Amino acid sequence: MKRRDFLRNTVPATILPALFSGFGVKALGTAGIFNSLLANPDGSDHVLVLVQMFGGNDGLNTVLPLDIYSNYYNARSNIAIPENKILKLSGTLKTGLHPSLTGLRDIYNEGKLAILQSVGYPTPNYSHFRASDIWESGADSTQTLNTGWAGRYLQYKYPDFPVGYPNASMTDPLAIQIGSASSFALQGSITPMAINIQDPSNVFNLTNSFTDAAPAGKAGKELNFIRLLAQQTQAYSQVVSAASNAVSQQAAYPADNNLAEQLKIVARLIKGGLKTKIYMVSIDGFDTHADQVVEGNTSTGNHALLLKQLGDAIKAFQNDLKFLNIDNRVTGMTFSEFGRRIKSNSSNGSDHGSAAPLFVFGNLVQPGILGDSPSIPVSLTDDDNIPMQIDFRSVYSSLLQDWMCVPPQDLNGLLYRNYQALPLMQQQACKQCDVNSNRPAAAHGTSLVSIYPNVFTSSASITYQSAGMHTLVQVMDNTGKVIKTLVDKKMAEGSYTVPFKNENYVAGTYYVRLQNMHTAQVKMFTIVKD
Amino acid sequence: MGVPALTLPVNDFSGSETNKPYRILSGINTYNGPWGTSQAAHLLKRTMFGSSAADMAYFKTKSMSQAVDELVNNAFTLTSQPVNDYNDDTYTDADVPAGQTWINAPYNDMADFKRIYSLKKWQIGQFINQGRSIQLKMQLFWHNHFATHIGDLGISKMFYDHHMLLRSNALGNFKTLTKAVTKDCLMLRYLSGESNTKYAPNENYGRELQELFCVGKGPNSQYTEDDVQTAARVLTGWKVDYDTSASYFDINEHDTDDKVFSPFYNNTVIQGRTDAAAGNTELNDLLTMIFNTDECALFICRKLYRWFVYYDIDDVTEENVIVPLATIFRNGGYEIKPVLKALLKSEHFFDAANYGVLIKSPLDFCAGFCREFKIKFPPASDYLSNYQHWDTLNYFTSIMKQEYGDPPNVAGWPAYYQSPAFHEIWINSTTYPIRTDFSRWLVEYGFDRNGTNIKADVVAFAASLSAPGNPNTLISDSLDILYRVPVSQASRDTLKKNTLLDGQANDYYWTGAWNSYAGDTGNAIKRSVVEQRLINLYRYLVNSPEFQLA
Repeated sequence: MKRRDFLRNTVPATILPALFSGFGVKALGTAGIFNSLLANPDGSDHVLVLVQMFGGNDGLNTVLPLDIYSNYYNARSNIAIPENKILKLSGTLKTGLHPSLTGLRDIYNEGKLAILQSVGYPTPNYSHFRASDIWESGADSTQTLNTGWAGRYLQYKYPDFPVGYPNASMTDPLAIQIGSASSFALQGSITPMAINIQDPSNVFNLTNSFTDAAPAGKAGKELNFIRLLAQQTQAYSQVVSAASNAVSQQAAYPADNNLAEQLKIVARLIKGGLKTKIYMVSIDGFDTHADQVVEGNTSTGNHALLLKQLGDAIKAFQNDLKFLNIDNRVTGMTFSEFGRRIKSNSSNGSDHGSAAPLFVFGNLVQPGILGDSPSIPVSLTDDDNIPMQIDFRSVYSSLLQDWMCVPPQDLNGLLYRNYQALPLMQQQACKQCDVNSNRPAAAHGTSLVSIYPNVFTSSASITYQSAGMHTLVQVMDNTGKVIKTLVDKKMAEGSYTVPFKNENYVAGTYYVRLQNMHTAQVKMFTIVKD
Repeated sequence: MGVPALTLPVNDFSGSETNKPYRILSGINTYNGPWGTSQAAHLLKRTMFGSSAADMAYFKTKSMSQAVDELVNNAFTLTSQPVNDYNDDTYTDADVPAGQTWINAPYNDMADFKRIYSLKKWQIGQFINQGRSIQLKMQLFWHNHFATHIGDLGISKMFYDHHMLLRSNALGNFKTLTKAVTKDCLMLRYLSGESNTKYAPNENYGRELQELFCVGKGPNSQYTEDDVQTAARVLTGWKVDYDTSASYFDINEHDTDDKVFSPFYNNTVIQGRTDAAAGNTELNDLLTMIFNTDECALFICRKLYRWFVYYDIDDVTEENVIVPLATIFRNGGYEIKPVLKALLKSEHFFDAANYGVLIKSPLDFCAGFCREFKIKFPPASDYLSNYQHWDTLNYFTSIMKQEYGDPPNVAGWPAYYQSPAFHEIWINSTTYPIRTDFSRWLVEYGFDRNGTNIKADVVAFAASLSAPGNPNTLISDSLDILYRVPVSQASRDTLKKNTLLDGQANDYYWTGAWNSYAGDTGNAIKRSVVEQRLINLYRYLVNSPEFQLA
C-alpha cells in the first residue's frame, strides 16, 4: 500500500467531511474575463508557473545525449537508458527524452517546449539545502540572500506589500503556492509574497483577534506576523474560492498524479480570473541515491515513475490551458536543486551533481533545444560533473524580461547582476521584445570556441568568436567549478585568441565555456602530466 | 471580487519600534529574578508539551534551579509499548494478539505499515501523557536533528528501535548518540549507508554527518567536498541484517586504505584497518576528529537555542550565549544535561524579552492543547479508543506539517533551519485555518472515535482555577495557563462582557450562574448555562493569534 493511500484510509471518515468538505463547485458557466487570443504584450495578464522537483533530478537520464550515447552508456551502464527506448524528438537526432516523458515529447513536437541544456552556476554546491537556497534565492555560491528571486520580483511590482493588501488594484494573492509548504523562492524581505492553498473552494473564517497593540520586541513581531497572515488568509480565501467556483469545466487530467492535481487547480484559478502572477507547484522524490532504476530494466523504476508524473501532468495542463483559452497567458518552468553525478553508483542510483537540463513550456516559448549535449569524458572519475552551459539566473532574467515584461534596466536590481539574455520567448510575448528583434538566432552546430591543443601540459590557445557586446570566457574543472575567467567584457564583433596557462592545475578533464549574446558553448580539454 | 484593503491592527512593518531588531544582552549567568507563574509557564511551555495548571503549581513550590534540575534529571520511564490496534474485519495479525505489543514479533509485510502507524499513534499518546521531564521534547529534538523517514522505508521494528535509541539517549552524551545513530539500521537505510562500499562509496551519510549532524554550515565550518568523500570511505562496510534487524560490519566491503582529511580537520589521517573491529575503530577516530572541531559544539548549541529560545541568533547572542554554552558542551565531553541546565537556568532564557516569542510547532500545539485543557481520554484499558484518538491527533499534526516519524527530509523540519522565516513557516494560509479548526472543534464538540469522545471539558477546566465564580479571575487564571503575551484590561473586559456576561455589564450575572451550577453540579441545565458561556470564552482564546505563541 502506498503511504499516501494509507494515510487517506487511516483518516477517520467521521471527522473529515465535516471539517474539510469545503464547498461544492458551482457550475456558473461564466466565462473568464481574459479570453483574448493574443498575448497581452505589456505582460499584465501573464502568469508564470514554477514546477519544483525536489531532491535533485538526474538530468542525464531525463534529457538523453543521443549524439554521444556511447560515452553516456560507458559512464553509467547500470542505470543507462537503452538507446532504442529513448524517445526521439522531431527535428533533432542529437537529443532524446526518457521513455516516460511521452507527455513532454508530445508538447515538444507541438512546438510548446524549450529544453535548456546544462543549467547550473559557477561553483556548484552539493548540499540539498544550500543548493535549494541558491536556486530559490538566485544567490552566488558564496553569498547569502534573505529573499527569493520571485519574491523580489513581486516586491518590485507591489512595493508596499503586505501593507494595504489586498486593495482595489490588486484584489488577489500576488503568488499562490499549492500545498502547505512555503518556498523560499517566494520569500520577500519582510514576509512571504505567496499564500498557500490546498483546497481552493474552502472559505476560512479567521476573524477572531484581539485588537491590543502587539508587545514590543520579538513577541510582537511574531504576533503581528500571525495576525496579518490570518487577515490576509481570510480576505484571499474569498477571492480564491470565487475564482475556483467560476470555472465549470476543465480538460482531463491523469488520475493518481499529484502534480497534475496541483496544476489543475492552477489552471482553474487562472481561468477563474485571479490576477495572481506566479504559481508554484512541486513534486518530490528525485534524490535517487539508490534504486533509481530497476536493475536490468533501467527504463523502469522510481525515476521513471517520477518523470511520467511530470510529463503527463505538464501535458494535461497545457491541454487544459488550450481548452480554457488561456494558453497565451501562461509560461511554466521546471527546476531542481541540482543534477546528479555523471557516473552512477553501485546502488543503481546516482549521487548529488551539478548542472542539469530544465524545461520551459507554454504557447509563446521559443521551442527547441538551447545548448549542446553535455560533455561526457570517456575516462571518468567519481567526481566528474556536468559543466554548466547556462547560468540558471540567465533563465530567471530572461523570463522576467521577456515574459513578465520587466524593463531590462530593472533586472539588475532584482538579480544583482546582469545575466545573459536567452532566446526563451517568442517575440510577441512582450512589447519590449521588439526592441531586440534583431537578436541573432542561437548558433547551433557552429563551433564558436575552441582550444588548441586540446591535450596539453603547460599552455594552449583558446580561440573564440564574439558577435559583439558582452563576452565571457571561463575555464571549469571536472566538477563543473569555474576556476578561471579569461574574458569578461564588452567586445567588438570578431574572432579572438587568448592564451591559457596551466597554473599548477591537477591533471584531468577541463572545460572552456564561451558566453556571448544568446549563445553559450562548452568544449572539453585535458591537462596531462609531464 | 473586490475586497476592502486591510488595516493592520498595530504596527505596519515600516520600521516602527516593534519591528526593529531587538537585541537581548543577557548571557548565561544564572537567573536570580522572580520565580512566579509567568516564569514557570515559560519554562514548562518550552521544555514540555504545554504548561498544565497542575505542573505549574508543582514547580512553583520549588526554586527555579530545582525545577530545571528536576525537568532535566527526570527520565520518563516507559510504561507501555505500541500494540496491535489494527486487527479488523479484513486483517488479523497472526503473530500478535490484539492489544499486545508487536515490537518483538517477526516481520510481516501485511502488518508492517499498520504497526508503523500504531507506533505513531502511541508516540502521540506518550507526548500527551509525558511525565514532568524534558526528555520527550529532547527526543523530538533529536528526531528533528537526526531526521529519518519511515514512510518510504518500512520495517516497523527498525522504526521502533531507532526512536527508542533517540529517546533513551535524549539526555545522555551527544557523541555516544551520534555513534549509535551512525550504526542504526533505519539511518543506514535512509542515508544509503548500507550501500556504501569500497567498490562504490556512497557519500550520502558522510556528507550529512558533517553538514547536518555534527559540524554544520556555520561561517567557520570549512570542511571540503573531499572530506565528505573521505568520511564516506571511513564508513564503508556497515550493513543491515534484515533477519535480525541489527546492523553489522563487513570488512570485505570496507575501504582499508588510510583516509586523509583537509586542514579543517588538521590534516588528520585515519589509519585504514583490516581487522573485524575496523568499522568501530575507524568510526571512533572519525567522530573524535569531528568532535575535536570547535564548530561541532557551536553548531549543536545553536540548534538547542533555536529549539528552546528563539530562531534569531544575532552577534550578541552568539557571543553571550552560544559561545559559552559551546564551551560547557565541549569541556563536558558532549554530555547533554549540563548544557541544557546552563541554558535553561540562564538570565538569557528567563529574559522577559524572550517570553512568548516562539511559534508552537504542530506537535507542541496539539499535545500541549490536550495537556493544558486536561482533555480526558478513555481509560487505558480501552486501548482501541485511545489509539483512534491519537490517530486523529497524528492526522492533525501531519496536515499542520509535522508528522512524527516523517519529517520532510534529512534536514528535519524547515522551521528549525530555513532562514529567514524559521518557525513562521509553521503558520501559513493552509495550516493556520487547520489550527483554528482543530482547537475550535476541541472546545466545541470534540472528536468522536470508536463510540467515545475527547473534548476540552471547559467546565472542569474552569472549576480547577482559583476562583471560577469571579469572571475577572477566571479570565486572568486562564490567560496565565494559555497565553504568553499580555492582554490588556480593556480587551479582558470586552471578552468578559461578550462571553461570560452575555453582553451585560455586571459580573454577578456570571457569578450567580457559576455558583448556581457549583452548588448543584448534577443539574444539566445549570451546567449548560455556564458551559455555553465558557465555550464562547475559550473558543475565542484558542482561535486568536496569541494562542499560537509559547
